[in-house]
Amino acid sequence: MKECCSAGQLPVIEVKNLSVTYRARGTGQPDRLAVKNLHLSVRSGEVFGFLGPNGAGKTTTMNVLLGFVNASAGDAFLFGANVRDPIARQRIGYLPELTYYYKFLTAEELLRFYAKIFGIPKAETERRMDAVLKLVDLEGVRKRAIKTYSKGMQQRVGLAQALINDPDLLILDEPTSGLDPIGRMKVREIIQRLKDEGKTVFFSSHELGEVETVCDRVAILHQGELKVEGRVSELAQQHQCNLEQLFLRVIGYTNAPNSPALPSRQNVALPSESEPAVSLLHHSSTPFLHSSK
Amino acid sequence: MKNIFAVSGIVIKELYRRKDFYVLFILTVLICLVMASVNIFNDKSIVRYLKEICLLLVWIASLVIAITTTARQIPSERENRTLFPLLAKPLTRTQLLLGKFLGCWLACGLTLFCFYVFFGLLAGSREHQWPIINYLQAGGLHWIMLGVVIAMTLLGSLVFTAPSSNATICFVVSAGILIMGRHLNKVALHMPEPRRGILYSIYYAIPHFELFDVRDLIVHNWPPISWTVCGLATLYALAYAAVFLIAACVVFRRRALS
Repeated sequence: MKECCSAGQLPVIEVKNLSVTYRARGTGQPDRLAVKNLHLSVRSGEVFGFLGPNGAGKTTTMNVLLGFVNASAGDAFLFGANVRDPIARQRIGYLPELTYYYKFLTAEELLRFYAKIFGIPKAETERRMDAVLKLVDLEGVRKRAIKTYSKGMQQRVGLAQALINDPDLLILDEPTSGLDPIGRMKVREIIQRLKDEGKTVFFSSHELGEVETVCDRVAILHQGELKVEGRVSELAQQHQCNLEQLFLRVIGYTNAPNSPALPSRQNVALPSESEPAVSLLHHSSTPFLHSSK
Repeated sequence: MKNIFAVSGIVIKELYRRKDFYVLFILTVLICLVMASVNIFNDKSIVRYLKEICLLLVWIASLVIAITTTARQIPSERENRTLFPLLAKPLTRTQLLLGKFLGCWLACGLTLFCFYVFFGLLAGSREHQWPIINYLQAGGLHWIMLGVVIAMTLLGSLVFTAPSSNATICFVVSAGILIMGRHLNKVALHMPEPRRGILYSIYYAIPHFELFDVRDLIVHNWPPISWTVCGLATLYALAYAAVFLIAACVVFRRRALS
């Protein structure tokens, strides 16, 4: 935390000792610990990549940050305010994964609706609407019903709604999921542009190449635990591998290409419940882990 | 309040951009027009029966619109995942529920207005009488009753998983109360304990929708009822709607959304 605040500013996102347990009511199955003792902080102006395989706890962590799910233990703060307080959400924009926005509305009407919730004055709403629709390249179809949009256009209208309040923090849950290469490139360009404007972006993705390109720092989560956290450049330099290779190693997929300690293909095994994956955070003394500026 | 109004605006927009209301309205209009054109045995009093049947149609259509519109609100927000970007904004769950309630209630008010205006014009053209106060009281109390139905359905949409099961249960309960509600205490008299006690408890616990059913004012052209009675009935409905809404807020606030 002290490292994080070295620039003399409060972290935009702060997660302290967060645990989330999903209760299995009446199913006869044991409760599932989705996130275990997570500590995380994201500074202003940073693009932070939140990585992990499916079911690692990324979306659960985001859900806690947005107040959808209550933490079983620990605390989470946005701009210093507890995430349960609606005021914490005044300065954020959120793009969920695979959302089908109100089909009976046009992009304009949808943005006006969200702007109303933020209490943005009408004239300002029109100005911002023009700006975000131009940014996401939907100017020409702003008066068309959303039900007529393609998947990529729906994702871009989602990005527009996330930007309508000119947020200081953007939380994006797999923003390029299901998009074609052009759509992915556009989203990447938008993130880059937001970064240039000094916005903080916190996003999860499975597109590791894109994460490597746009992110300042990354964290890799596996089975609810934070395994690696640090600056992308430092991780790559000190571990002598790219993000994808590191990711595969962290999740226990030990036949990652160019890995220094690759077992033969026959011995490769994915981690099981009983056999936790290699935790670089706990089992390695490499200096880049948990490194920050 | 602005957040509640913003959410309610979307609900109203949804109602008039979907086909449900138009289908029911056109169906009711067609049936009423056909019935109004009938002149059985050249009996003028037959108009009363026709008015009764047409008003029953209006009541059924309004219940269907109110319940189906409300039952899908929260489940469709979850299914389409629009609930998440919505609640990621400075909007509380209570505001969302109140917005949904207000939107559904106002939307039902609009549909009722259309139904009653059409029915009034039709009946007036046959009878050459325009008892506007009667229509105001009957329509107003009908709308207030729908507020309770909407609040109950909203609570049901948070308790039951499928919107269809919620809609069916709410429709059966509402129709059951309208038909049987007033007789429960009389039935209880003939029952042994403990069934009598249970039935009495149900009788006193349920919202008596039949109190709001003053169709006879229009059917028989009776003089309007006292405004005090209307006011008391409104307070009664408000109390029940508040109970259902508070219960819905408690359930929704405790629910994890993932």
